[in-house]
Amino acid sequence: MKIMINGTATEVQAETLGAVLDELGYGDAKVATAVNEDFVPASARGQTALSPGDRVEIVAPRQGG
Amino acid sequence: MQLYGTEIGSRLMLGTAQYPSPAVLAEAFRRSGAGIATVSVRREAGGERAGAAFWDLVRDLGVTVLPNTAGCHSVREAVTTAHMARELFDTPWIKLEVIGHADTLQPDPFGLVDAARILDEDGFQVFPYTTEDAVLADRLLSAGCEVLMPWGAPIGTGLGLTNIYGLRTLRAQFPDVPMVVDAGLGLPSQAAMAMEMGFDAVLLNTAVSKAGDPAAMAEGFARAVEAGRLAYEADPMEPRDMAAPSTPVIGKAFLT
Repeated sequence: MKIMINGTATEVQAETLGAVLDELGYGDAKVATAVNEDFVPASARGQTALSPGDRVEIVAPRQGG
Repeated sequence: MQLYGTEIGSRLMLGTAQYPSPAVLAEAFRRSGAGIATVSVRREAGGERAGAAFWDLVRDLGVTVLPNTAGCHSVREAVTTAHMARELFDTPWIKLEVIGHADTLQPDPFGLVDAARILDEDGFQVFPYTTEDAVLADRLLSAGCEVLMPWGAPIGTGLGLTNIYGLRTLRAQFPDVPMVVDAGLGLPSQAAMAMEMGFDAVLLNTAVSKAGDPAAMAEGFARAVEAGRLAYEADPMEPRDMAAPSTPVIGKAFLT
């Protein structure tokens, strides 16, 4: 299915957020996630099913003021 | 200085953005003596691992981390970003920014109060980036904030304290609330002035990171913050309009 990953349309095979992260190479990366503007804690990624068109945001620590 | 019950050894808080290199960032923090570093969250690609590298750098600084919601323009965006930051940085602290205008980066006072209330109820300890508006400050305190961060001037301008009257009256109205002048400072003298006025700390980024020698400027700010705080604690003299001789008048030789 096609979903939006950080604003880019992306074709994925996996059906849950946790599996999508693995599929896209995030592995053990230090990231936090949101789906359709709602925060999804790391503990819930495995049970979070995705649907075509879902908007997934994946963020990591960065410089800030 | 205590912020939400945490003792912080320095009254200078420093941002981590826009430095020429990680090494310069680390040296600037070392010479600043800053006790708190602001950080953010941004998109990461699969396999990138930039977040982990930056996190290692920040941990080596040995400072307390204050994540922000920089760039958020809506309540929902800010709240979701705060949750992501809490998970990434493992802290309930959040520097809450809800921006109301793209050019001035002025806080949206209505969204700021709404987001602060939601985050407070979610267990966050909110550091709201706000204006010098005392009514807004009161609303933020009612929403659960225990620290206020009024701007000196718009972010990144280096203009210093553009509304001294507003900041002075804000300080006077809430004498027991920890207040950090956040944003708009460009020079150490401006930081000293904020401290002399009784603000508890200052937070800056661009003034240091965009200086020709960030580490030297960081130390300059550190000394200014210390000087300003000492002056405040020393209870400064009252200014007056007419001159008053400091040298004794009595005993002066009578010469014509």
